[in-house]
Amino acid sequence: MATLKPSRRIRYLFAVNPTAVLRLGLWGALSIILMTVDHRYQTLDDMRDVLSTMVYPLHYLVRLPTDAGNWLSENLANRDALLEENARLREKQVFLNVQLQRLTVLEAENRRLRSLLESAVNTPERVLIAELLAVDFDPYRHHILLNRGRRHGVYVGQPVLDQHGVIGQIIRADPLTATAILITDPNHALPIQINRTGVRTLALGTGDFQKLELPHIPNNEDVKVGDLLVTSGMGGRFPRGYPVGTVTTVEFDPGSPFAHIIAKPVAQLDRIREVMLLESESPTLKPEPGSAVATVQAP
Amino acid sequence: MTTARPTGRWVIVISFLVAFLLAGIPLPNELQQFRPDWVTMVLIYWCMALPHRIGIGIGWSVGLLLDIGRGALLGQHALALAVVAYLTQQTYRRIRVAPLWQQAFSVLAFLLVEQILIFWISGVIGYPPRDWWYLAPAIGGMALWPLLFVILRDARRYFQVS
Repeated sequence: MATLKPSRRIRYLFAVNPTAVLRLGLWGALSIILMTVDHRYQTLDDMRDVLSTMVYPLHYLVRLPTDAGNWLSENLANRDALLEENARLREKQVFLNVQLQRLTVLEAENRRLRSLLESAVNTPERVLIAELLAVDFDPYRHHILLNRGRRHGVYVGQPVLDQHGVIGQIIRADPLTATAILITDPNHALPIQINRTGVRTLALGTGDFQKLELPHIPNNEDVKVGDLLVTSGMGGRFPRGYPVGTVTTVEFDPGSPFAHIIAKPVAQLDRIREVMLLESESPTLKPEPGSAVATVQAP
Repeated sequence: MTTARPTGRWVIVISFLVAFLLAGIPLPNELQQFRPDWVTMVLIYWCMALPHRIGIGIGWSVGLLLDIGRGALLGQHALALAVVAYLTQQTYRRIRVAPLWQQAFSVLAFLLVEQILIFWISGVIGYPPRDWWYLAPAIGGMALWPLLFVILRDARRYFQVS
């Protein structure tokens, strides 16, 4: 039965904890300081590195059910289906190889012509494959977490693509993981060019996975529904000529100086599983020594 | 009852771990918006059941882990969960004895406070919410509270966590 000295639990049953407000104030102040420092300065990056490495196993645990499901369905698929898929893939590989042969010839020719013209050479890029860690972020920020980090050579500002087109860029590189911002994030702008006419503008994120906004295109400009948008290479982050989206609506409002143009990303941003990180060898895309980007990248 | 020695710490740890997993598991887009904040709900439960063990400090630490896991501003969820823990600690005597569906309304209020705090901070750093859908997880949380409560209560009784 009850001891003479009431236990902590029994005391809590009746009394109001007198220090609760004080403790809330202290913890609240601590979090406000933490938020301010995290938002304004880079000093917490080391701490975030350590903590993000600590929660890394958790991300894998989250992925476990999905991965197990995939593994099961792959292993339990019947022989016929596998054979069929195998044949289809082999056919596709032959097809792609043929295209690639032509591409190498074209690339070599292009380089020769460019060197004749003494213009900048498009150097080839290295590609790093990364997988999405299936962790939901804040639904109002389009950020994704990837399973490759600084250790694998990921750096801040690195372009991220999928098999269809541009997805976004890396905004934080932790030792084992990296965070990428998608092109549809409301805070992201991507320098693009309309492939057909060469008109340059920006593609602004809207917070909707299916929509990009193209501001600053005059009403009399030649833009049609279905036009392909490609990266323009301006700004030095993204290499030139990667597909970004297609124009879906063009509205001319006589009252405003600019047309209202909406595009749809070619990459399927809401169902990403694997992405490619482009590692550019061209000097303009690599972070320069001494810049803020380089300090983050430094090992 | 007579012993002041805390028991069953691992039950609490595992319940939080499962909540973290549930918060990260992919859902179809339609359900996505109503995905309840499992971690907060588990925190509310433990604050209510064991107010002498789980409080503001634990809430804050769990929130910080959530910040890191989600890549949010450090301290954002920490502040929100500390406030939720405080509110629960101040009101658990009234809530704990109420029927489940009435509890669910109190939980809705706590979850709304949390969401509003989080999005208020997001707004300050330049990510204002686009529409009112950001309050939807609180409604999902309210709907699933009776289920979570029954599961955690049975777990607590079975493993004699006190």
